[in-house]
Amino acid sequence: MNSIMKLCFSMILLAASSVPAMAAAPVELSSDVFVEKQQKRPDGSFSTVLAKPNLILPGDQLVFVVRYRNAGNKPATNFSVTNPIPAAIAFSGTSDGAEIVSIDGGKSWGKLSQLRVTNADGSSRTALMTDVTHLKWQMNQTLAAGDAGKLIFRGVVK
Amino acid sequence: MKTRHHQLTLAHSLKSGVRKLAFCSTAMFAVFASSNAYAAGTLAGTDITNIATASYESGGSTVDIDSNAVVIKVDELLDVTAVSSDPGDVITTNGATNVVSTFRVTNTGNGSEALRLTPNVAGGGDDFDPALVQVVLDTNGNGVYDPGVDTVYVAGTNDPVLAPDQNLTVFVLTNVPASQVDGDRAQVGLTAAATTGTGAAGTTFAGAGQGGGNAVVGSTGADADAAGFLLVNAASVTLTKSASVVDPFGGTTSVPGSIITYTLVATVSGTGALTNLAINDPIPASSQYVVNSMTLEGAAVTDPADADQGNFNGSRVSVALGNVPAGQTRTVTFRVRVQ
Repeated sequence: MNSIMKLCFSMILLAASSVPAMAAAPVELSSDVFVEKQQKRPDGSFSTVLAKPNLILPGDQLVFVVRYRNAGNKPATNFSVTNPIPAAIAFSGTSDGAEIVSIDGGKSWGKLSQLRVTNADGSSRTALMTDVTHLKWQMNQTLAAGDAGKLIFRGVVK
Repeated sequence: MKTRHHQLTLAHSLKSGVRKLAFCSTAMFAVFASSNAYAAGTLAGTDITNIATASYESGGSTVDIDSNAVVIKVDELLDVTAVSSDPGDVITTNGATNVVSTFRVTNTGNGSEALRLTPNVAGGGDDFDPALVQVVLDTNGNGVYDPGVDTVYVAGTNDPVLAPDQNLTVFVLTNVPASQVDGDRAQVGLTAAATTGTGAAGTTFAGAGQGGGNAVVGSTGADADAAGFLLVNAASVTLTKSASVVDPFGGTTSVPGSIITYTLVATVSGTGALTNLAINDPIPASSQYVVNSMTLEGAAVTDPADADQGNFNGSRVSVALGNVPAGQTRTVTFRVRVQ
């Protein structure tokens, strides 16, 4: 699949999934991904820019953006967003640090610093970002009609 | 003096031993490669799909919604390495045929890739160009050229397809002209190139990657050169052995209790050098080795297998002479007591 087709494909998916979501509920949720590329400045130094994921190789740093919006006219309470980390991605952090994570496929949750990984021999160690399987943001506040926001996390292609 | 028959063995060049070691490391590499985690990373063509889910309460009921699925495909990184597997110069003689130079090519990219192999015998900076016979793939994977078993390579016809992290041993067979003289060296090279394409790092071949993505040239340029050398070396070694006897009565008869001193002289002639030359000599029957009686060039060497060159293992003496240049000699002595 070439890059343009890939882009079209994700746009079609976006259109297809957001229409029934709007019909069923007033909250909209969309997912997008970008790749960090090093761009050379005229003075020879490099800056990091976000690019469309036209070319993805192992080791690339990806930035996932999840946007939400309450498009209805009623408030949404107890709002939370969950995002499983794709299998080929090693999680490398969020922009806000407000998330809780799971390292066991979504069974148990906590701050990364509080989670431990049990080794085969029964010993345990502190969980690392690369152990994370799921992310969850619990907003702990009501999403009023018209409210919107975005959640950002990063990961490296394994 | 009674004639005592005992066998003298000369071992020179431990090359076959060293080669086995090299193949060992090849085998280990293969074991590592069989694990699931690829050094080269996620396989080309793998789709990475991300879907977020939101949950909230509205009007007294809980609502779950999914985001769109954003799908991106991992592209193929084209990377190839090649090395000479010969531990040093391949020692040969003038007029030799089907001299084997050994190489190992590895796909360090993240997709299966066919490699185009190009031998090069016309490199500069050496003394002669051997005649190319053929390139052979180590089809049975044992690291050793097996005539009639391993497959002859024909470019464009049976370009070997290597999975990510997989390597392949390749033999380049050449003939040495009869006119070459001792000491002449010849470079034998091999280039391995990804058939999808090569070029500067970052060069992209749209849609050409495994699994439908793009193919991108990695840091190796998607091709690799390796080179080894042939060395014409007709150095040879002759060994002479002599004995002197001292009997318990001050005479030179060989009777029980007599001490026999054996002197072994290795003479290397021709040109070049012999590598890893060693002298082994079993202790004759009806005689007993005199402990710590070995000498090399007049200096004592001890019996245990340790830092010095000597070793007595209970049945034979062995002295490792190392690399001996042509025109030099090495003298070893040891003593036995007649029983």
